[in-house]
Amino acid sequence: MWNYSEKLMDHFLHPRNAGEVENPDAVGEVGNITCGDALKLTLKIDEDERITDAKFQTFGCGSAIASSSVLTEMIKGKTLDEASGISNKDIADTLEGLPPEKMHCSVMGMEALEAAIRNYRGVEVPEEVMEGEIVCTCFGVTDQKIERVIRENNLFTVDDVTHFCKAGGGCGECKPEIAKILEGVLAESGQAIHAHEGPERPRRLTNIEKMRLVMETIEREIRPALNADGGDIELVDIDGDKVLVALRGTCSECVAANFTLKSVVETKLREFISDKLTVEEVTA
Amino acid sequence: MKTVYVDNNATTRVDPEVLDEMLPYLSEYYGNPSSMHHFGGQVMEKIDQARERVARLIGAHPAEILFTSCGTESDSTAILGTLQSYPEKHHIVTTRVEHPAILTLCNHLMKQGYSITELPVNREGLLDLEQLRESITPYTAVVSVMWANNETGVIFPVEEIAEIVQEKGSVFHCDAVQAVGKIPVNMKENKIDLLSISGHKLHSPKGVGALYIRKGTRFRPFLVGGHQEHGRRGGTENVASIIGLGKACELAENSLIEENTRVKALRDRLEKGLLEKIPKTLLNGHPEHRLPNTTSLSFEYIEGEAILLLMSREGIAASSGSACTSGSLEPSHVLRAMGVPFTGAHGSIRFSLSRFNTDEDIDTILEKIPPIIHQLRELSPFWQRLSRSAQLK
Repeated sequence: MWNYSEKLMDHFLHPRNAGEVENPDAVGEVGNITCGDALKLTLKIDEDERITDAKFQTFGCGSAIASSSVLTEMIKGKTLDEASGISNKDIADTLEGLPPEKMHCSVMGMEALEAAIRNYRGVEVPEEVMEGEIVCTCFGVTDQKIERVIRENNLFTVDDVTHFCKAGGGCGECKPEIAKILEGVLAESGQAIHAHEGPERPRRLTNIEKMRLVMETIEREIRPALNADGGDIELVDIDGDKVLVALRGTCSECVAANFTLKSVVETKLREFISDKLTVEEVTA
Repeated sequence: MKTVYVDNNATTRVDPEVLDEMLPYLSEYYGNPSSMHHFGGQVMEKIDQARERVARLIGAHPAEILFTSCGTESDSTAILGTLQSYPEKHHIVTTRVEHPAILTLCNHLMKQGYSITELPVNREGLLDLEQLRESITPYTAVVSVMWANNETGVIFPVEEIAEIVQEKGSVFHCDAVQAVGKIPVNMKENKIDLLSISGHKLHSPKGVGALYIRKGTRFRPFLVGGHQEHGRRGGTENVASIIGLGKACELAENSLIEENTRVKALRDRLEKGLLEKIPKTLLNGHPEHRLPNTTSLSFEYIEGEAILLLMSREGIAASSGSACTSGSLEPSHVLRAMGVPFTGAHGSIRFSLSRFNTDEDIDTILEKIPPIIHQLRELSPFWQRLSRSAQLK
């Protein structure tokens, strides 16, 4: 049996605002019968864009009904702008918590609210059209929705994603794809954290990225210049920020080789990759 | 509030007579049945008596009964032991509606390189026996088909299946956890090689089961260790529970008639009453080929967990095949294999009775459940849409 909070049980046993408002100004519908839960939210909105009445109809488990019920209480009296700031986490918190496997119930509440607001503002997004590409075919969850629940709830694992939006909870075949999306978003948020430390500083490169960039820069910026003088360069290794190269052809005998190394190779690599890089010659 | 317990396919109440029989072996008679002294030896005598009682219930020889810790262990012992006995064979035939004790095990074995055939069922939950016959190859080590389904109560013709499996030269294992104690099982009249039994489904305590191994069937132990159970299962016996299982089997022998008359009548009244009182209710599973104690009903357009929570408030304990009750996101694999429509799969409730249920229990259920279904349907957008379109017509 689930460990439901007292507040959740109260909303389930005594749902507030069940039903449909008459002549609604906005309707938000999400979910379907295949998925096992669905919510229809109807709103009455005055000329100041304030929600004067809200009612719900829900097909789903105890926590889905409670999430819908508490949502109507949370949004009544709020303007649409205020209401649109409500996240699924706010819904879960107001219910004094949801079991992790039930977080998708709060997401459904948030989505119904958004759908209703879109409906009121006449945004031409029919409810059936989902943004993005479908990743989870069992529950019809798109990549954009997955990215969004990861960002908004700071999710770290595929299981978390399943608990929040159901993706991956059916046959499970899309789990590798969810993992990929998760990696992408996490890598991105890593970048965002670094951006706060200093606006200009790029994020730390992995060794593989560094090696690829060094090779590209040598090919594009350095080798043609050396080739023109009958010389050549070979990348031997990268040790941290130390780039080890060997000079070939005429360069290997040139008295100005050290100058070339520092003024051409190092300058170019620092310009295109990282100003921490130093270049050293190894004699092969 | 009195609990109306109608979840007997999940577990059953320990019969007071079973408990009485067990208690001395949890206190004064604590000897180890393997010991060479009389103090332990008298415990062994009691285990032998339990073995005879289990054997008698299913028409077996006592030497064909192996005590285990649960139904799952019996299933694993049967399947893994047979695979080890036929190392040249790498194929298993089973059905899509088996208990997880078999399906998860098969999934696990598939990862180890075995190939698995999961036979489908029709809308009433029944198998196509020709398809079963064709699926058995010379490489099929074991065919595992349950006697009765835990969710719907649907009974498979396992005696017929045993004939087919023998003809095709494979071994037949039958998970009879839900059948033994509810319907007659007689191993003298069938060709089943291995049969799993679970104690707590027939009013003995949890933590004890049995595996029937037909004389002459190749076998390898699952738990190796001491010489207990004639070297077929290492580990000191769960003495009191084994004695309890023996007593429960003795009682079951006498109560089989009651199960199929009084309990069946209660089940039929419950089922008929709910189908009459509540519109848009589906019966899951074949109406005749079914256990006498089980009914699986789908209340369309609502969700099972919500129904169970409200039933629980009224003291009624049952189960659901809904996704939300298990923490998984898909409704029961059994209902999906049967093709129960999604409008009903999420709202399925299983009522499973026992000889401890009374007429008053059924009265309570028939009184309390219709308002619960009504209350949840009032909240359901699908139900509202349905009733609106019905009004328009």
